[in-house]
Amino acid sequence: MAELIRDTRPEACIDIEQVAPDYEAQAQETGNRPGSLLAYLLLGIFFGIVLIKSEVASWFRIQEMFRFQSFHMYGVIGSAVVVAGLSVQLIKRLRLKTIHGEPIEIQPKIWGKGVRYWLGGILFGLGWGLLGACPGPMFALLGSGVTVMVVAIASAMLGTWAYAVLRPRLPH
Amino acid sequence: MLEWLSQPWPWYVAGPLIGLIVPLLLLIGGKSFGVSANLRHLCAAVLPTRVDFLRYDWKRQGLWNLTFALGILLGGFIAATLLASSDPYVQISEATRADLAALGITDFRGLVPSELFSWKGLMTLPGLVMVVLGGFLVGFGARYAGGCTSGHAITGLAALQFPSLVATIGFFIGGLIATYLILPLIL
Repeated sequence: MAELIRDTRPEACIDIEQVAPDYEAQAQETGNRPGSLLAYLLLGIFFGIVLIKSEVASWFRIQEMFRFQSFHMYGVIGSAVVVAGLSVQLIKRLRLKTIHGEPIEIQPKIWGKGVRYWLGGILFGLGWGLLGACPGPMFALLGSGVTVMVVAIASAMLGTWAYAVLRPRLPH
Repeated sequence: MLEWLSQPWPWYVAGPLIGLIVPLLLLIGGKSFGVSANLRHLCAAVLPTRVDFLRYDWKRQGLWNLTFALGILLGGFIAATLLASSDPYVQISEATRADLAALGITDFRGLVPSELFSWKGLMTLPGLVMVVLGGFLVGFGARYAGGCTSGHAITGLAALQFPSLVATIGFFIGGLIATYLILPLIL
């Protein structure tokens, strides 16, 4: 676990998703090629099918998880992390590039005071516990015919907007 | 084949398949797996605002992710139609079923309890709280924390990022509070 990244630099409020270094900008350009977009669409379809068929998108399964009454959800998330982690290590060790030849970088998350991870995490968890769906499953459920998820998505957008407005005043 | 795919998938099939999305997105375009940023892209696209956080080139930064989200929606549709399971019940444990029945859940068909997660359910107080407040907190919390289950609990943990571990612990604290303190109050 020597590679745990604990960044305590002061620029805590910089949003990793907003500040995009040059290589990222380049990747964004190629990422919007029609061929790449088709690949993202297909991967999304694949993810949506898995979310529904594994019942990860089920409110019942999320309740089962938070009540520690089945291994199912822990198995899904745990094995996903293991496979993803091994793949990321492989990509790093072999210095693999994207299919367009760009270097692959995973931007480290900036720790700052850490407040955003604790508080944001807990607020997100409250929502996850109530709604029983995180953002991926919200879209999958809507597609599967739970049409009321449109309201949940609109609400989540409103929550995102509220964060954007309050952001300068929130501790990060 | 189709019949086999129509069964509920076990965790040891679903988990590794989800995990594989992480390297595939990296290899295709250097993208980090995450879904909640789409909520921000959608806000930036449709809500007129002067807020800095929502003023950026959402097409350039987010088109790939929005396309991915559209795919998730289509995937949900395919799973529920072409690959629909013949058994309408999610096979949750007896203990969970008993706990939820004690809270007053009666309809266990489908992926979500229809008495809460339907247009009719939205007209009830618990349904309204769970869908509207739950959705709001998911959106607010995900952006505050800088990611959701996919961005932190999967991508972040896989990349051994300490902040993601903290966020994931936070997700669980929040979920436990919702499950044991809030749900008994509103249901």
